[in-house]
Amino acid sequence: MSQFEPKIVAFVCNWCTYAGADLAGTSRAKYATNVRIIRFPCTGRIDFMLLMKAFQNGSDGIIISGCHPNDCHYTSGNFHARRRWMVFRSLIEFMGFDTERITFSWVSAAEGAKWADLVNEVTTKVRELGPFTEFKNLDYNSFNQLDNGAITK
Amino acid sequence: MARIGVFICHCGENISATVDVVKVAEVASKMQGVAFSTEYKYMCSAPGQDKIVQAIKEHKLTGIVVAACSPRMHESTFRKATAEGGINPYLCEMANIREHCSWVHERSEETTEKAIDIVRTLVAKVRRNAPLFPIKVPVTKTALVIGGGIAGIQAALDIANAGHKVIMVEKQPSIGGHMSQLSETFPTLDCSQCILTPRMVEVSQHPNITLHTYAEVESVSGFIGNFEVKIKMKAKSVDHVKCTGCGECWQKCPSKKIPDEFNAGLSNRTAIYTPFPQAVPNKPVIDRANCTWFTKGGKCGICQKVCKAEAIDYTIQDTFIDVKVGAIVTATGFDLKHTDFFPEYGYGEFKDVIDGMQFERLASASGPTAGVIRRPSDGKVPEKIVFIACAGSRDKAKGIEYCSKICCMYTAKHAMLYKHKNHDGKAYVFYMDIRAAGKGYDEFVRRAIEDDHVEYIRGRVSKVYEHNGKLIVKGVDTLLNSTPVDIEADMVVLATAIVANKDAESVAQKMHISYDKHHFFAEAHPKLKPVETNTAGIMLAGACQSAKDIPESVSQASASASKAIALFSNNEMSREPSVAAVNNTNCTGCLLCQDVCPYLAIEKEEIKDRAGNVLRYAAKVNSGLCQGCGTCVAMCRNKSIDLQGFSNEQMLGEVMSLLNKPF
Repeated sequence: MSQFEPKIVAFVCNWCTYAGADLAGTSRAKYATNVRIIRFPCTGRIDFMLLMKAFQNGSDGIIISGCHPNDCHYTSGNFHARRRWMVFRSLIEFMGFDTERITFSWVSAAEGAKWADLVNEVTTKVRELGPFTEFKNLDYNSFNQLDNGAITK
Repeated sequence: MARIGVFICHCGENISATVDVVKVAEVASKMQGVAFSTEYKYMCSAPGQDKIVQAIKEHKLTGIVVAACSPRMHESTFRKATAEGGINPYLCEMANIREHCSWVHERSEETTEKAIDIVRTLVAKVRRNAPLFPIKVPVTKTALVIGGGIAGIQAALDIANAGHKVIMVEKQPSIGGHMSQLSETFPTLDCSQCILTPRMVEVSQHPNITLHTYAEVESVSGFIGNFEVKIKMKAKSVDHVKCTGCGECWQKCPSKKIPDEFNAGLSNRTAIYTPFPQAVPNKPVIDRANCTWFTKGGKCGICQKVCKAEAIDYTIQDTFIDVKVGAIVTATGFDLKHTDFFPEYGYGEFKDVIDGMQFERLASASGPTAGVIRRPSDGKVPEKIVFIACAGSRDKAKGIEYCSKICCMYTAKHAMLYKHKNHDGKAYVFYMDIRAAGKGYDEFVRRAIEDDHVEYIRGRVSKVYEHNGKLIVKGVDTLLNSTPVDIEADMVVLATAIVANKDAESVAQKMHISYDKHHFFAEAHPKLKPVETNTAGIMLAGACQSAKDIPESVSQASASASKAIALFSNNEMSREPSVAAVNNTNCTGCLLCQDVCPYLAIEKEEIKDRAGNVLRYAAKVNSGLCQGCGTCVAMCRNKSIDLQGFSNEQMLGEVMSLLNKPF
């Protein structure tokens, strides 16, 4: 059986991590092919419901990465993202979601090598965790059954 | 119905070597909304761009995806081509399959799969793109120059001579920077102060330049064309309007034992001082940390008593001024790596182990020894002197792997100056490589070796220690089969590494510009945008970006100035339309967005009925202030605020397309 290859979605800011990933490219760093980068202007722009949508759509792991604290191009977007992540994490942990699948990091525009390492680390970690199936099992039919059950009771 | 055109670039072989571009184009042609798909060797070339123009017309395209390099590289190129084809330029997006795919993976099916996924997410985004129109904003035709060294001086003069106002901020009491401390300059051996001081005077007298010395930038807000800057004017304790610069005060000041920064600690200065005789402005300030009046609570006061102009005022406080500028030139300079860095070389332990800047002061006619090279310990003229190049630079173990660039040249100059002043003296230079790649530079080094008989030894020094009043330099000659070389020297000069200023990180953070791991400021593109930063309207000049010599700093300063002048050539400028907008029908007026907006761009709007009665409140974005970070969008509870170019629809589209199902 071939090895499980996880799908990782990276939500990155335009100014630091996107540029850091560009630098990884220009310096020809090699890293796992599993990651798909989605560019946001700022980590502050990231609506965390999109993380859930990504999991719902077959993602096995997620990276959120932006500028280091105090380096935000927009002054404070990364702080908002961090604070939002703290709250969001406690919420989904409470709901029984495995937060190991989400990695929050800072990668600056000068840290191409750090980006490559981050992708490799997350890929290895998620590969060990295995495919994310919880949401896939919750398809609409089962939702409907639950609803019906609730009503008939 | 969307009709999207997808263009896959080979980038020569940069992409096609690892990605099966033909397959990507084929798969892309079947993606939802795609009407046309092709691949081409160089999309950014004129024929490549022409393909986009033609395809828009032939296939009636409503959106473009160019799968090529990073959008940071060519987004504007392809948006221009899209506009030329007759549709709104913001209907074009780039799929980054070079930096994020072909360059970081080996050729494999997975790599091609990834490229296809990247294209699909961008197709999904473009299907939801809306036409956008650049926002016109006014331009404040005043430049701020931070730093009054040679780079700042050059930039300020160039901008001022073009007819625009310049505000220069310098943290020291005088402008001039490191160049004013130098003795002679390579490769011409012309006197540094002789060429610099006329320019310093020009700055102070220029009708278009406002000079603030002993001042620092406190905060920067706003954006290109419209920056708002708060400047902290440190308390000088001397009223420079009244002061005549007569010098009575510093001659009488009893606190005379303060290490003189201008002479690199080789002499002392007083608490009330001008840094050097040619200072601009040539009026003193009180160094409050060392002044008896301030440290001992009102004792002394001699300077106030002797000042006939009654200019001394101990009650002056730090003040702040707010200025509006359109462009900022950052020319904050560099520092030298110093203390405790070379325990093996004994810097700080032995008085006669000095750094390059201290040697400059010893060799300078305006220095503490009036240009006679004397040992700091006993004032004797050294008979043997050893120069150690790369003291810290190109040394990964010390954390500085880069080349400090100017040390080879100034070390050759130092050795030459020493030989010119002491014909019988012996000068040795330990070096790793000689990097003399400027105009007339290699000839200069050869002159030091061949005409002035400076002995160059290729090898590193392991240790410097004192023995019988001599400094023993233990090195090795790698060109002589690594023979150990011991030299009994009278003085050792270290060409210490050029490092970023201590406050470089906080300066960068105030301006929201990027910096590298050594805290040098980062240019927007290493080759094509060497003086711009990632923050539009902020330019770099001089050694704050990387180690540089004078000619390079000057040319970079002029380049920065030309960028500012180009900006000032228009009364208004276009800004990217990626700003937030409110759907005020849905907005509940909770104004959570207002709290998180770093630019205070969100106002409270009254929604009125026809009779003018206020029905409710909603948020409203001032698109002139909005910078498009989108923090408000993520904050909004019912998605009433959205960011143009990165809208909720677009981002959700990208995420949903990852699964490769129609959406």
